[in-house]
Amino acid sequence: MITLTVNNKKINVDVDPDTPLLWVLREHLDLMGVKYGCGVAQCGACVVHLNGEAVRSCVTKISRAANQQVVTIEGLSEEGDHPVQKAWVELDVVQCGYCQAGQIMSAAVLLKENKNPTDADIDAAMAGNICRCGTYVRVRQAIKRAAEIQRNAK
Amino acid sequence: MANQKNTASPRRSFIKTSVLAGGGLMLNFTWLSSLAETSADGPIPTSWVELGGFIRITPENIIKILNPNPDFGQNVMTSLPMIVAEELDADWKKVVVEMAPHSTKLGPQFSGGSNSVRMYWKPLREAGATARYMLMQAAAQAWGVDVSEITTNASMLYHKKSGRSATYGSFATKAASLPVPKNVKLKDVNDFKIVGNSQLNVEGKKIVTGTPLFGMDYKHEGMLIAMIEHPPAFGMKLKSYDATEALKMPGIKTVFDLTLYPDGLEQAGFDTRTFNELLVVVGKSTWEVMQARKKLKIVWTPEGDRKDTMGGRGGKTVVVVPGALETTSKQFEKMKERAMQPAKLLRKDGDPESAFKNAAQIIERTYTAPFLAHNCMEPINFFAHVTADKALLVGPLQAPGWAIPIVSKVLKMPADKIEVQMTRMGGGFGRRAYAHYLAEAALISQKANAPIKLVYTREDDMTYGIYRPMYTATYRAALDANKNLIGFHVKGGGIPEHPIHADRFPAGAIDNYLAEGWEIPTNITIGAYRAPRSNFNAAAEQSFLDELAEVMGKDPIDFRLELLKRAKEKPVGKNNDYDAARYAGVLELLKVKSGWGKPENKKYFRGVAAYFCHNSYAAHVIDIAKKNGEPYVERVTSTVDCGIVINPDAATNMVQGAVVDGIGNAFYSGLTHIDGAGQQANFNKYRIIRIHEAPKKIDVFFVDNDIDPTGLGEPPFPPVIPAVANALYKLEGKRRYMQPFGVKLLNS
Repeated sequence: MITLTVNNKKINVDVDPDTPLLWVLREHLDLMGVKYGCGVAQCGACVVHLNGEAVRSCVTKISRAANQQVVTIEGLSEEGDHPVQKAWVELDVVQCGYCQAGQIMSAAVLLKENKNPTDADIDAAMAGNICRCGTYVRVRQAIKRAAEIQRNAK
Repeated sequence: MANQKNTASPRRSFIKTSVLAGGGLMLNFTWLSSLAETSADGPIPTSWVELGGFIRITPENIIKILNPNPDFGQNVMTSLPMIVAEELDADWKKVVVEMAPHSTKLGPQFSGGSNSVRMYWKPLREAGATARYMLMQAAAQAWGVDVSEITTNASMLYHKKSGRSATYGSFATKAASLPVPKNVKLKDVNDFKIVGNSQLNVEGKKIVTGTPLFGMDYKHEGMLIAMIEHPPAFGMKLKSYDATEALKMPGIKTVFDLTLYPDGLEQAGFDTRTFNELLVVVGKSTWEVMQARKKLKIVWTPEGDRKDTMGGRGGKTVVVVPGALETTSKQFEKMKERAMQPAKLLRKDGDPESAFKNAAQIIERTYTAPFLAHNCMEPINFFAHVTADKALLVGPLQAPGWAIPIVSKVLKMPADKIEVQMTRMGGGFGRRAYAHYLAEAALISQKANAPIKLVYTREDDMTYGIYRPMYTATYRAALDANKNLIGFHVKGGGIPEHPIHADRFPAGAIDNYLAEGWEIPTNITIGAYRAPRSNFNAAAEQSFLDELAEVMGKDPIDFRLELLKRAKEKPVGKNNDYDAARYAGVLELLKVKSGWGKPENKKYFRGVAAYFCHNSYAAHVIDIAKKNGEPYVERVTSTVDCGIVINPDAATNMVQGAVVDGIGNAFYSGLTHIDGAGQQANFNKYRIIRIHEAPKKIDVFFVDNDIDPTGLGEPPFPPVIPAVANALYKLEGKRRYMQPFGVKLLNS
């Protein structure tokens, strides 16, 4: 039995400790926002927060998350109103949408660490997230807009 | 039915009951519905009145519009309902959008070929207009006035003279009991209020909050996970296997081998089978099945030549699929040799032989490109629950109308016993028009006697593909002593199909024109990939036109415009499949919008290209600069003529995406094989463009006209690749003839 906190809820799961966090979230905890894209830490569709850091849950063993804090897209905000989520809706970033939870989770960490990221900062932080539809131009715009929303909220 | 957990919005679970006036569809798969914009605060719908196949209205005046076509990022979930709402004169803010299940009543429901809006434009306008008229009739009868005196606005009915007004909802039941009028007048396009004004994606909020929408997210009571072990190479098949160790692994239910199509099964065009004998592992969870697969002991053996029985209008034909294990470097050599041999005549105008014989100068260039894998972000998957007398299939799918016949054949079950529901798709690009994975899921469920979800890993998805073919084309131009273009010859080939659209520009613009094609068969399966054939044709042809313009001492845009002027004023030959005026239109607009020839743009290495496909016209100027010593597309200007634009901001997004996709393919993407085995199985080897490689800016401009909408998903994609090639040439001073331009695909 492994205990961890997911979206502020304490959870016990009975799985092989080598099971990736991704599959525990999706198939044991029904948190479908986190996506499988490659399984080898290449695409970023599976990004979640582990103690506030962006991690690729497809290569993060559940044993590593034991007694730690995990946040998924479902827990990023109460009402889906995190500045990044707001900016994403406002600028209509998504096309197919499959990669977007991962993009948003990566962007949220970037904005926590850098309140006013430049294009170069964004490119560096987001290079691990593939969008096959090619929404990158809007991802950059939305991150800047989210930074603005974040600044104005204070 | 769907057992989806509803956590984000309580609203979805309320849309359950349905009062059907005209019989027909049950609206009980609640997890797919979407509320547009702010209507989440509105009253809770309790019952729905059906007004035609696409429209439902509640007494509380909530309007639900069924979207017929599955959404793979082209945003039809928003744009198609917008068309209905426009003619219905509905209040868009109070519209609920729901993905329709497959139904023969709702038209082809095919997402592909840039056809969704084009195909549904008229039927959806008529659906909206007819329902509106019936509501007006109902009000007119109740108020005892003539229907011509009734007006509508934002889901409300008005009789101005008497000052009466009512909601659509209050008359919905009465309207549904009226006979359906024919030939209801449609709105004047100048009166549009919803169409042509940007509306946010109706599923935007759901996507950014992680709501389950995709096939991968679908759940069903008792559902097991199934995965397929396919041959490691094209040309191989299963010989024997030992599943003893795999069956001992935790969570594993069963392992069995499966034949996809029985011998002689008549295949339709999209029934492509890649591998026919598959090994299946079924278990409780995805991770457990993945682990068990590693414990399988499998012996594969060369398959030898195989026969495919193809159905079609001309009757059955048997096609021999060669058994050889193919290697890309050798395939390129084979293409070179084959290109020297005679080819099939596709089109001939005038006397090209004499033109080339009399030419003062002949320019000849050959362009080549590799296989491409679709690599939808959501790997191939599908849910199936097959019981003795019926089947339910749910998942990401572009073409339900093509999938059901093949599922019916393999299950030996009548088509009307097969229910298909389409989820949102994590990308499509043509890949999900092929239904083999539904047939696989259905057969696995039947054999395992359980509801299952078939899931491909990324590696499965990439190596069990239906790829963009390998293509090559040699272009020749004959110039006279004054550098006038007097002859044009294209000879294109590919594995296993040629790329040539013989009736397309510059056919029609040149007196002496010859197009030929040749093909080399292979067992590597190919199919539709965003703008089939055009995606290569444009790259080759538009590169060649640039080379020609340079030799002729002409500006590349002016040169194209000259050819188009000729094609418009005095077209050569018949069946030219493009409108020269619209084609010229995007180039003229591009010239202005890109600041072509303006000194302030001198700092960029600029490349231009244009193309027509899927009934629309697109052109781009690519501005390359150097970043860290590498060529980088910093800025792009795009112009598109796709007729009326339904949802401008979303359309802009899609063009921007096509530009990024085109740049990525031009620089990085390609799939190679050694002895039939795919050499790129995941994103560490198969390069997809990433954010730091994407332009800083992509400005998109649509030609403003009242022409009925034509395609948009595909047309902007093909001309990106030659625009990149043309800009790269400016930077490097030498032309690149082999895609991708930015990486070396073959080690040899």
